[in-house]
Amino acid sequence: MDHIDRQIITATQAGLPLTPEPYQSLAEQIDISEIELMQRLKCMQETGVIRRIGAIPNHYKLGYQHNGMTVWDIDDQYIDTLGTQIGSLDFVSHCYHRPRHLPEWRYNLFAMIHAKTTESAAQQIEQIAALLGEHCRAHEVLYSTRILKKTGLRIKENNVSS
Amino acid sequence: MLSILHKQLLNNFQQEFPLSPRPFQDIANILGVSEDEVLSAYRELDKLQFISRIGPVIQPNYIGLSTLIAMQVPGEQLSAVASIVNHFPEVNHNYEREHLFNLWFVLIADDEHHLQTVITGIEGKTGIKTMQLPLLEDYFINLGFQLDLEDNHQSESVCT
Repeated sequence: MDHIDRQIITATQAGLPLTPEPYQSLAEQIDISEIELMQRLKCMQETGVIRRIGAIPNHYKLGYQHNGMTVWDIDDQYIDTLGTQIGSLDFVSHCYHRPRHLPEWRYNLFAMIHAKTTESAAQQIEQIAALLGEHCRAHEVLYSTRILKKTGLRIKENNVSS
Repeated sequence: MLSILHKQLLNNFQQEFPLSPRPFQDIANILGVSEDEVLSAYRELDKLQFISRIGPVIQPNYIGLSTLIAMQVPGEQLSAVASIVNHFPEVNHNYEREHLFNLWFVLIADDEHHLQTVITGIEGKTGIKTMQLPLLEDYFINLGFQLDLEDNHQSESVCT
């Protein structure tokens, strides 16, 4: 990735303009050709920097008001296998392995669920629990009560990539 | 309220929005409608905030370094602590959650040194220890989230 790639990412964080030639507008903004912009986006997709290009739905506004961070204490030996299975459930938007901090935090698997009703959220949690079976020792669901800040990805153009 | 076109746009183009000179025309061709119809439908979805944006989603930690942070904040200090935390531009999302760990946010920094400097700054200014939960593995499966768009109930309360 170079500084032009970073400029492209930064420029797209507010969203593509809803005009007939959105890539052309972005290209003008960065002062490169439309062809170069599209090639760079394609290349970043192929190398995995860009996961996908799409219209990103706002779950909450679409009626999914029961959004929970479910956290699970999983036998380390099975976490990758089980994480992959949980990550592919259609109601799970994100699924991550994160470190424990014993004794105050025992959970190592995080899965974000999205439901329209409390009943459906409970069913989703049961479904995850059933899948994890005996390899799960404990779990909790943390619902958010307030959004205190929500901003898009903010990056500097000279960021070091990892 | 949501037309068939709105629903098709919401569900079918979360993953593969066309990378071409006239993407809305390409979508129009697939769906058998006009480019204008696609554009106005997207503008409506955007205005209603049913989509947050159209654009690339970046793989975590490809640009800079991020971590999830949780803090245990005494209830009466929560607003004050949240506002100190939010003041750092490196803080991306910040949620209050129902738990002993009641403040959860994502930090995005340039590198490890920058990240630790911000964490030290937050702990210094708030006087509260942070719990760092960086991503060890991302079980990302590229299927998209299939939205059930039947009989939505809208509400104004804010929660995610």
